[in-house]
Amino acid sequence: MTGLLEVEDLSVGFRTERGVVQALSEANLTVAAGDLLLVVGESGSGKTVLAHSLLSLLPRNVNVTGYVRLRGQDLLGLSPRELRHVRSRRMALIPQSPASSLNPVRKLGGQLLEAARARGLSEPAARARLAELLCELGLDFEFVGGRYIHQLSGGMQQRIVNAMALVGEPDVVIADEPTSGLDTALVDTTAAQLLSISARGAALLVITHDLRLAERLGGRLALLYASRIVEIGPTKLFFKAPSHPYGRELLRALPEREGKSIPGLSPELTALPGHCAFADRCPDSFDRCVESLPDLYPVRDGVAARCFVHAER
Amino acid sequence: MLSAEAITKTYRGGGGRIVAVDRVSLALPCGSRVGLVGPSGAGKSTLVQVMAMLLAPDSGSVTIDGDRVRTWGVRCSRELRHRVQLIFQAPRMSVDPRLRVGAVILEPLAASGILPSGADERSALLQTWATRVGLTSDLLERFPHEVSEGQLQRACLARALVVTPRYLICDELSSMLDVSTQAALLEVIGEIQGERELGVLLITHDRVLADAWCQEIADIRQLSARGEPEEAASSDTTPARTAGARRRLAARYSDAEPDSR
Repeated sequence: MTGLLEVEDLSVGFRTERGVVQALSEANLTVAAGDLLLVVGESGSGKTVLAHSLLSLLPRNVNVTGYVRLRGQDLLGLSPRELRHVRSRRMALIPQSPASSLNPVRKLGGQLLEAARARGLSEPAARARLAELLCELGLDFEFVGGRYIHQLSGGMQQRIVNAMALVGEPDVVIADEPTSGLDTALVDTTAAQLLSISARGAALLVITHDLRLAERLGGRLALLYASRIVEIGPTKLFFKAPSHPYGRELLRALPEREGKSIPGLSPELTALPGHCAFADRCPDSFDRCVESLPDLYPVRDGVAARCFVHAER
Repeated sequence: MLSAEAITKTYRGGGGRIVAVDRVSLALPCGSRVGLVGPSGAGKSTLVQVMAMLLAPDSGSVTIDGDRVRTWGVRCSRELRHRVQLIFQAPRMSVDPRLRVGAVILEPLAASGILPSGADERSALLQTWATRVGLTSDLLERFPHEVSEGQLQRACLARALVVTPRYLICDELSSMLDVSTQAALLEVIGEIQGERELGVLLITHDRVLADAWCQEIADIRQLSARGEPEEAASSDTTPARTAGARRRLAARYSDAEPDSR
């Protein structure tokens, strides 16, 4: 399997007054065309930073090391001009909150056309393409084009940004917290739309802290904790039997399971320990866990987990 | 018992009047865990802001342990306001960014002029609540932007509890948090609910959470004296602006179901 998108040893640190905040440490991921990869973790675990570093959307006070390759091309060293091309036509971001990602004082038609034109379409082609895309999503271009974003319902707003992301036929679509703050019915709609994006053949990366959404979407899942991927594997297997103790404790915290919280707080990203970051909160930790950092060890069926429990296999 | 009787609240805007809640009644007994569910825009937040005395209703009444609320907002007595506390969905938007986390927690006491005068007493009080909600003391020295969303929501919970309320209303307290922090907050609330007969009203979109945590679940669509409101026919909608606008939109879209009437 050749990777469409390859992330290799990607580390991201922010220089701040309190020292370097290590937001992402040595992340490795391979995504093939048509793949669905869920990046799951609590706030501050590094998932949004991972998404933003793929698109070079990080602020200036940042140290990035490692590689991000799209069809073999390194994305981290691109010029602004090349980046614009990648962002508009090859990799698209569906932003976290549609309503605040669009201009509230411009009608949507102009904004949609602008997005399509930026992807190199001529005005008539852009209109035709948008009309077709919106129609697939159950919206009428002429109708929504004459409105402002606040005049649409949450579900329609979501479809507008989906259409904007899809108009350039990107190879990779990244959805950042697509369901935060939505009610149950809207979560259902959004999940269906995400699956339809994935079915079109684009690789889809979904960043979320919503475990139920993750379970519904399927695909593969990467679980982040304190800046590191601690478990990666098929989503189904994760929900059936997580391999990392953090994954196991996280699932126990779901109200439909036990609703039991994990004691303690996650470590500060300015002072990450040199050993397993979950050791202090882990019910199964032993000497080795507080001595050194575990690798991602293969567990079974494409699952790997960063835990010494699996080191001996 | 915290009870709301036939509350109606109307907002002006969008070229018309928006009836956010229409003759809605809800009772929250002491020591109970009640869930309040319903789609976005059904009026849940408006109702609880009225119940917490932050917002004056157009009509209807709120009674707290037999005392009828007659004034609202800042004109309402502190003693009465302390009895009902509210926690919001977005902690970052509900704290003063200039206050350190420790000061955020003690703010209601300071604002009410009942902060202990001795420094030792203050720090002991702060420590008690910080420990209770799972915050370490170094976090209390930070500003809100220097802590995580979950840590800040823990502080907001401590801030609500520091005035020892009789009733606690959580408006989507955990929809932006990871499940473990959600579970941690609900564990603390559950303990205190048991210890001091706290009445807890939990607003949530998460039906599974409501089923698991609450003893009783109320759907706001069934609390109105006028029966099932037309606006709730489809939940894939933002708050109805005006009935006319809704009908026009509905007529154009397959997913926004036409009004049932």
